[in-house]
Amino acid sequence: MKNAVGRDIPDFLLKDGREVYQGKNYMDGKYIRKASPRTRRCEKPRESKIVDSLAQALRDCGAKSGMTFSFHHHLRDGDFVVNMVMRAAIEELGLEDLTIAATSLGNAHDPIAAYIEQGKVVGIQTSGIRGRMGEVVSAGKLKTPAIIRSHGGRPRAIEGGEVHIDIAFIAAPTSDCVGNCRGVGGKSDCGSLGYAMSDARYADHVVVVTDCLVDFPNMPASVEAIDVDAVVVVDSIGNPKKIASSAARISQNPRDLMMAENVAKVIASTPYFKDGFSFQTGVGGPSLAANLFLEQYMDQRGIKMGWAIGGICGPMVELLKKGKVGKVIDVQDFDLDAVNSIHRTPGHYEMSASQYANPANKGAFVNKLDFVVLAALEVDTGFNVNVLTGSDGVLRGAPGGHPDTAAGSKVCIIVTPLTRGRMATVCEHVVTVTTPGDCVDVLVTDYGIAVNPLRPDLIECLDNAGIPHVSIESLKEKAYSLVGRPDDLEWEDKVVAVLEARDGTILDVVRKIKPYQPEG
Amino acid sequence: MIPRPKPERFRLRRTMMFMNAQKPGLIKDAYIYGCDSIMLDLEDAVAENQKDAARFSLYHALKSIDYGDTEVIVRINGLDTPHWQEDIRVCVAGGADGIRIAKCESAQDVKTVEEHVEKAEEEFGVEKGRTLLMAALESPRGILNAYEICCASDRLFGVAISGGDFRKCMQTKFQPDGVDMLAARGQMLIAARAAGVQCFDTVFTDLDDQEGFEAEVRQNKAMGFDGKSLINPKQIRLVHQIFAPTEKEVFQAEKIVRAYREQSKAGVGVFTVDGKMIDIAFIPGAERTLRLAKACGMYEGDLV
Amino acid sequence: MEILKPAAAGTLESSDAQVTVEPGENGIELSLTSSVMNQYGRQIKATVLETLERLDVQNARVTVVDKGALDCTLKARVECAVLRSCGQSAENIPWGGAIR
Repeated sequence: MKNAVGRDIPDFLLKDGREVYQGKNYMDGKYIRKASPRTRRCEKPRESKIVDSLAQALRDCGAKSGMTFSFHHHLRDGDFVVNMVMRAAIEELGLEDLTIAATSLGNAHDPIAAYIEQGKVVGIQTSGIRGRMGEVVSAGKLKTPAIIRSHGGRPRAIEGGEVHIDIAFIAAPTSDCVGNCRGVGGKSDCGSLGYAMSDARYADHVVVVTDCLVDFPNMPASVEAIDVDAVVVVDSIGNPKKIASSAARISQNPRDLMMAENVAKVIASTPYFKDGFSFQTGVGGPSLAANLFLEQYMDQRGIKMGWAIGGICGPMVELLKKGKVGKVIDVQDFDLDAVNSIHRTPGHYEMSASQYANPANKGAFVNKLDFVVLAALEVDTGFNVNVLTGSDGVLRGAPGGHPDTAAGSKVCIIVTPLTRGRMATVCEHVVTVTTPGDCVDVLVTDYGIAVNPLRPDLIECLDNAGIPHVSIESLKEKAYSLVGRPDDLEWEDKVVAVLEARDGTILDVVRKIKPYQPEG
Repeated sequence: MIPRPKPERFRLRRTMMFMNAQKPGLIKDAYIYGCDSIMLDLEDAVAENQKDAARFSLYHALKSIDYGDTEVIVRINGLDTPHWQEDIRVCVAGGADGIRIAKCESAQDVKTVEEHVEKAEEEFGVEKGRTLLMAALESPRGILNAYEICCASDRLFGVAISGGDFRKCMQTKFQPDGVDMLAARGQMLIAARAAGVQCFDTVFTDLDDQEGFEAEVRQNKAMGFDGKSLINPKQIRLVHQIFAPTEKEVFQAEKIVRAYREQSKAGVGVFTVDGKMIDIAFIPGAERTLRLAKACGMYEGDLV
Repeated sequence: MEILKPAAAGTLESSDAQVTVEPGENGIELSLTSSVMNQYGRQIKATVLETLERLDVQNARVTVVDKGALDCTLKARVECAVLRSCGQSAENIPWGGAIR
């Protein structure tokens, strides 16, 4: 069945009330029943919940084959915990048919690819999938299609009972003996633990894994002991060098800077750019550099930013410290400047993924957002964005908060070079729709700016400010004139991943790719 | 194949950006940054054993990339190398707008290159005289012979000083106030103006020294240079800003040109604008200001 | 042109391609790898074969490691490798003739 972005969704996925994507805000006003976990009472006073090993914690929590284990991705490419837990479950306890439900997965998790190939891991639910794991899932080796959700879609699915977590594993930079966790104060600090919060509240069992045990009570706790069954102390939960870079530097690449300047120009041309405006930007080259130029416009107009959200890094913390932004509300930290600032700099707060982006709750921050600046792997002439699959059809990205912020914000700006090497970023049809075109307003490239015709108000803003813009079709043609028109990818029938829209409807599927054989 | 219009000998050349002709990722779209000319380099940027490979890259880039209004100049290897003759052939065959002669020391150097260009134009069926020339003066001899060099060919649109080699010859180093090259810059400028060709300053290599760069560009403009060679796209904007006329200058120039055209129709040669005596001698300058203003997006009228 | 000795041109940098030619006896034996194989593999192969044909290369083992090069770069690398193998890459290149 075709959905609202023209993607054909196979019927076998449309069961148990599952629908295809119908357009923005389709679920608004509908009722849901929240799920509740089945948890064990800890009535009798205990001095400590520390157990000897992960294997012991798994046994204590009744780990069995067929279960779903959850993880958060605050340790990013430095994470050791996913691999550690899965090794204990599969190699020590001999479990099988396991599902990993992670907030995201990356190159750190290459070893899991082997468990997928052996059939021990049969399900993956995540926002991001990259590296070896992306390759084996794309090759059709995972028993069930991977389920890809946005950062807001995940807490929605957990709270709505679509994902039932048997055991949540919380990698914690610090914990006390009963499981009050924080993201700071240890040797593998990550700052915010926002993505772990829903997991801890909705899982049947919660195991905290830490490499830095601190005195009770570890306050203010991001994950609270009231939800925790067991604490395991290990030598190291991650490689600090890969958890948070020393400082996210603003790009010096002239192409990035040129695009960033145009992003700021577009923002400054709209009526939403006024004292107290709200803002989110990614950490990619041109997105982050937009901060720099935006600050110049703020100074010129004598206005300040009211609040900023998102994954946070140094340049935003810098603006907070200079008093140019009122509050920073933080679901994840990308560099040490941000890690060292959360809870310390006045006005720098932590929030959960649900509070950040869940479309089914009643107060997600993304819905109050004025501007968001985002990157893309591909954008098509319907303004649909792909941030999940490469142009070659292989899984190597993450929707993250992209679809949530795009849908919630008043102005969503995508910034990307027109081509990368020989790949056309602006194309006829994206390989996978991860953010629907009705949520995307402006595209800024190194070859020109295009405004979504659904936003005549923004077209007028740009015209009034004398900012030149062109049609997205002309950008696509320019891209193809540079790199040549690509051949259509060839697919097999097998669905390897299902992409949920943030509201839980099905936005797209990824099928198994048929690679081109030059000798054939 | 992208047909390029016949190059204009005297056009706006505020910024001439060097690019290694051997790097496919760089040359494919250098024009997006808005420099007036790009300078594809076969000389210093290309290793000795890759000179052949660079020519093949250059040929296909010239033939297949649409550089639009951006002028495309190629810097060829010096006349003391075994490479320059084939460099000239590929430039002409590919349809480059112009050739920059490295280490030019005499009018004879220009004439030698011109001869080979003419031969190549014949060989490849290119319109005679299409390929322009510019000369880079890199030595004290070059500077002393600046005037004869400037007058050596009808194809020659200008001269540029090249600071790196020149400073070495002079046993000096870069000085923030420009005193190291002041005399050379001055002498070259006088020669260029006397011969009626353009004049360009050398590159500024320290990308982190924004203040130093700005000071040098301001001095260039004050001395009367037409433009500057650049090594990085991020230098373009500042040069264009500094070389831009003021709004008052544009306003004034527009008035002068408009008044002149009206008065000369009526047969009047000398007249006053805002109490100032104006005659034909003011017109080229005023028109230049308007052309510059147009390139800077400050003037949209139809007088130029 | 006859491939006389092994020769290579190009690099493994992004947007470039490394082309190696070696003497062969069984027509053109092409080995191609590319970072954009699924979208452009067919076109890259066609460009390489056309370029070899224009240079009248009939027997050669040709290896192309493509890193997302545009067609103009692919042609330049193939031509340079072939002319190097014949010792003719430095001067009197047939610009606009066999090279186009």
